[in-house]
Amino acid sequence: MTTEATLRGWLLAEIPTSKLQARCQRVFIGWLDFKRNPIAMIGLLIILGLVVVAALAPWITTSNGLELDLANRLKPPSSQHWFGTDELGRDIFDRIIWGSRITLYIVALVSIIVVPIGLLIGTVAGYMGGWVDTVLMRLTDIFLAFPRLILAMALVAVLGRGLENAVLAIALTTWSPFARIARAEALTIRNSEFILAAQMQGISTVGILARHVTPLCMSSVTVRLTLDMAGIILTAAGLGFLGLGAQPPTPEWGAMISLGRQYLIDQWWVPTIPGIAILVVSLGFNLLGDGLRDVFDPKSGN
Amino acid sequence: MASTAGGQPTAGTGLALQSKLTSILGVFTSLLLTFIGLTAITFVIGRMMPADPVLAIVGDRASQEVYDQVYLQLGLDKPVYIQYLRYLEQLVEGDLGTSIMTAQPVLDDIIRFFPATLELATVATLLGIFVGIPMGVLAAVHQGRWPDHIVRVISLVGYSAPIFWLGMVALLVFYANLGWVAGPGRLDVFYDGIVEPATGILMVDAAMSGEWDIFHNALSHLVLPAMILGTFALAYIARMTRSFMLDQLSQEYILTARVKGMPEYKVIWGHAFRNVLVQLITIIGLTYASLLEGSVLTETVFSWPGIGQYITNSLFNNDMNAVLGGTIVVGACFVGINMLSDLLYRLVDPRIRK
Repeated sequence: MTTEATLRGWLLAEIPTSKLQARCQRVFIGWLDFKRNPIAMIGLLIILGLVVVAALAPWITTSNGLELDLANRLKPPSSQHWFGTDELGRDIFDRIIWGSRITLYIVALVSIIVVPIGLLIGTVAGYMGGWVDTVLMRLTDIFLAFPRLILAMALVAVLGRGLENAVLAIALTTWSPFARIARAEALTIRNSEFILAAQMQGISTVGILARHVTPLCMSSVTVRLTLDMAGIILTAAGLGFLGLGAQPPTPEWGAMISLGRQYLIDQWWVPTIPGIAILVVSLGFNLLGDGLRDVFDPKSGN
Repeated sequence: MASTAGGQPTAGTGLALQSKLTSILGVFTSLLLTFIGLTAITFVIGRMMPADPVLAIVGDRASQEVYDQVYLQLGLDKPVYIQYLRYLEQLVEGDLGTSIMTAQPVLDDIIRFFPATLELATVATLLGIFVGIPMGVLAAVHQGRWPDHIVRVISLVGYSAPIFWLGMVALLVFYANLGWVAGPGRLDVFYDGIVEPATGILMVDAAMSGEWDIFHNALSHLVLPAMILGTFALAYIARMTRSFMLDQLSQEYILTARVKGMPEYKVIWGHAFRNVLVQLITIIGLTYASLLEGSVLTETVFSWPGIGQYITNSLFNNDMNAVLGGTIVVGACFVGINMLSDLLYRLVDPRIRK
């Protein structure tokens, strides 16, 4: 009890005594705001649930979701198969659970590609200004104006069907908003006094961009990324549904819907349940993103 | 339009007009650049495609002479930028190549398939506008109370749900179980080919030739996919309307109007909504453009013979001319509509000028 009280006191102290304390305080106060928002908490719980389920998949499931059991084809949901079985007798519950790993994999891979590219282009454009800014932002605008799904389809057509290529295609059409955001942040930061101080200390442009400008872009980039996650998941699932993303027998949710489509009328659970999984996860990211935006940027939240 | 009323009294009208012209010129510049970018990408994709473009034309049993001849004809011996310029020239002439699948010029195919997509996306956008805007206004006016919560939940679910799944479930419920609407496709088989296609938009064609049975049947086929596609439009438009309205309602001129004793409906629709409408132009343009593109998935679920299905089918048959042609046409529409709404916004809104 007392340790908790002192921890709280340390986290809420008027004047932080160390860099670490200041950082922890900022996170903690943000968390207090965030916690008051029930909608955002639901979102957080959904995403945490997704991560936990993905991590514990081997212990939650009874099969690897790939083994065929033709004697038990298209069985309705029961105590043995909670979500029923699909056209090859595979347990749908297990496939959904294993599929959560693929969803997280897609999300992580897109983020890893998109955020550094967006940050690099945006901060350089905003910080340098002049013709560099003009050229980079023209490029960004061009990508921003592209139709996302169609372009992803055309790219997958060239690169070949498959999960990684779908991710690459999505990433190529997703980075531009991040460049825009990073540029806006860099523009407001570049004339501040601490940047001037850093310049006078002789820190190189690269150093300033990496150590001083980029960290300040992170909060708005994080919010945008969370809000974009739902769109990324839906596009990936859409490509999977069209047969251009993950290929069978991978338990990717979009591909599962596509395969289950022909059983819709008589065995509704086969295509319906993966769709519910997609809906829940994308809802989770949207709720979480809304909540994060309220915490980081209360003005635009309303 | 309202462009002449655009000048603020403080600024000189000539100056305002000039800056407006500059900003319109800016829109055209970026339009041009975006088109160049789009064609550059399709060009690169066309060159990178796994199959040899020459082999795709002559087949693998052609002699070396024929191969070389076609190779030269295609200009593959020229430098890349010359090839690109040639490609642009062909595009401007409307030459998108020949489809392997249908053995017809890609442009002809697209002209045949496009009206179906246009019809679907237009009806969906109209649904989004006429349902989404009142919902957004309602939510903003009752901020924090139950109408607001309901609208927020609907719009959240609306753009969190995978559209192809929603379409499937809707087919299951409204077509298979309840039988309220017609199933996949644009028309029942026995109505096929009766009406002479004039506009390509079935309901218009049927109405023009007085075939009301067909009109009714086409409508019955259209309702469900349009509603499903419209869900996304509705969600987005309702959300943005709500947020714009909240912004306006917290302004001081609204307070002034209320203090003066102006009736509430006048404050909302006459004052606040008028300003919101200008902002909504861009949003509606954006929605329409993204529905033209986004109808790919809906078309697949509902076997709707539109451009999205054309591209998807071509993709599976490695018919690259058709895929790239479709991409360019949809991309051009997407970019064009966005720019058009941007332009309209600049013309209508007096505050935009840099």
